[in-house]
Amino acid sequence: MTREKAVLWELFKSTFRISMFTFGGGYVIVPMMQKRFCDELGWIERDEMLDLVAIAQSAPGPIAMNASIMVGYRVAGLYGALVTALGTMFPPLIIMTIVTYIYNAIRDNAYVGYVMLGMEAGIAAIILNVVFDMAAGIIKQGNIVNIIVLLLSLLLAIFYQVNVVWLLLMAAVIGFIQTFIRIQRGEIE
Amino acid sequence: MIYLQLIWAFFRIGLLSFGGGYAVLPMIDQIIVDQYGWMTAQQFTDIITISQMTPGPIAINAATFVGNQLLGVPGGIVATIGVCLPSLIIVLALAYFYFKYQNLALVQGVVTAMRPAVVALIASAGFSIILTAFFGSGEPVIQLGHLNGVSVAIFLVSLFLLRRFKLDPTYIIIITGIIGLVVYSIL
Repeated sequence: MTREKAVLWELFKSTFRISMFTFGGGYVIVPMMQKRFCDELGWIERDEMLDLVAIAQSAPGPIAMNASIMVGYRVAGLYGALVTALGTMFPPLIIMTIVTYIYNAIRDNAYVGYVMLGMEAGIAAIILNVVFDMAAGIIKQGNIVNIIVLLLSLLLAIFYQVNVVWLLLMAAVIGFIQTFIRIQRGEIE
Repeated sequence: MIYLQLIWAFFRIGLLSFGGGYAVLPMIDQIIVDQYGWMTAQQFTDIITISQMTPGPIAINAATFVGNQLLGVPGGIVATIGVCLPSLIIVLALAYFYFKYQNLALVQGVVTAMRPAVVALIASAGFSIILTAFFGSGEPVIQLGHLNGVSVAIFLVSLFLLRRFKLDPTYIIIITGIIGLVVYSIL
């Protein structure tokens, strides 16, 4: 197998596995992707992963799908994106196809419910764990504006259920103004 | 002909579902239940339940389910491709421009400023999952009487394993699923 093929195969396998365990909404994939692509494979920086998720978020469609496509494109261009899109699509496609034909049995099965109850608590821990690390990273950088954006977004998202798109747009505008001022002052080129 | 309708219906759902997850539900309801009548209100409720029990985005789960109901396995595949197409096209375009211009200070500044907002969004999703796990409801109204002690214990042990031993999240999901099955079956 050539090197490119090996990379594409690895992308497919990784996204397939991650998608297979994406219970509880798209954000669960962020810690999983960081673990796989940043820590284990070393293909992407942890910070950069957040940038990719930010861009994935600003497009329509499932977060898991969009983030996978961003990662695939970042690692191996167009083919990488196609491969990660397929890798993410296959598990729900296969599992739901099976479930369609047996869903009456699954819907009311108490044991399936027990498994889900247990997993829910585990997923909550996974998400909280990654939030700790990411928030610590942002606070450590010491940029007051970023810390304010973090707290403000948190407040708006939890207590006012403000739409994701508006929050990202707000952050983008703040980033634009902040960077524009710094360029004007000659702090950055 | 119905294949084209199926692709078009789910293409629109994919195209208009900003924000992921539950944001897509009203769209599916409107297009699949009201407009085409491909799914009954009862089936729609079932889709939500089943989506929570199976991995994968709700939009893809719903597409596979509806496609399968209407036209069998080929229908499921076609509908799923339809719902994924907008993502592929739009995110590819965004990726192309981002990686082309990411060295511009302004682009970098904007994306960097979006990081804290993304962290907040993940935190907010985590917050509602924690509430659901602990109190059985995602509403930010806490009823201490409904506190599920088993969930709290599983949560704390999982968090400990993740932080202390950097355990792979996949294993946490598998292990907590098994613990849930065993503990709740006995209780």
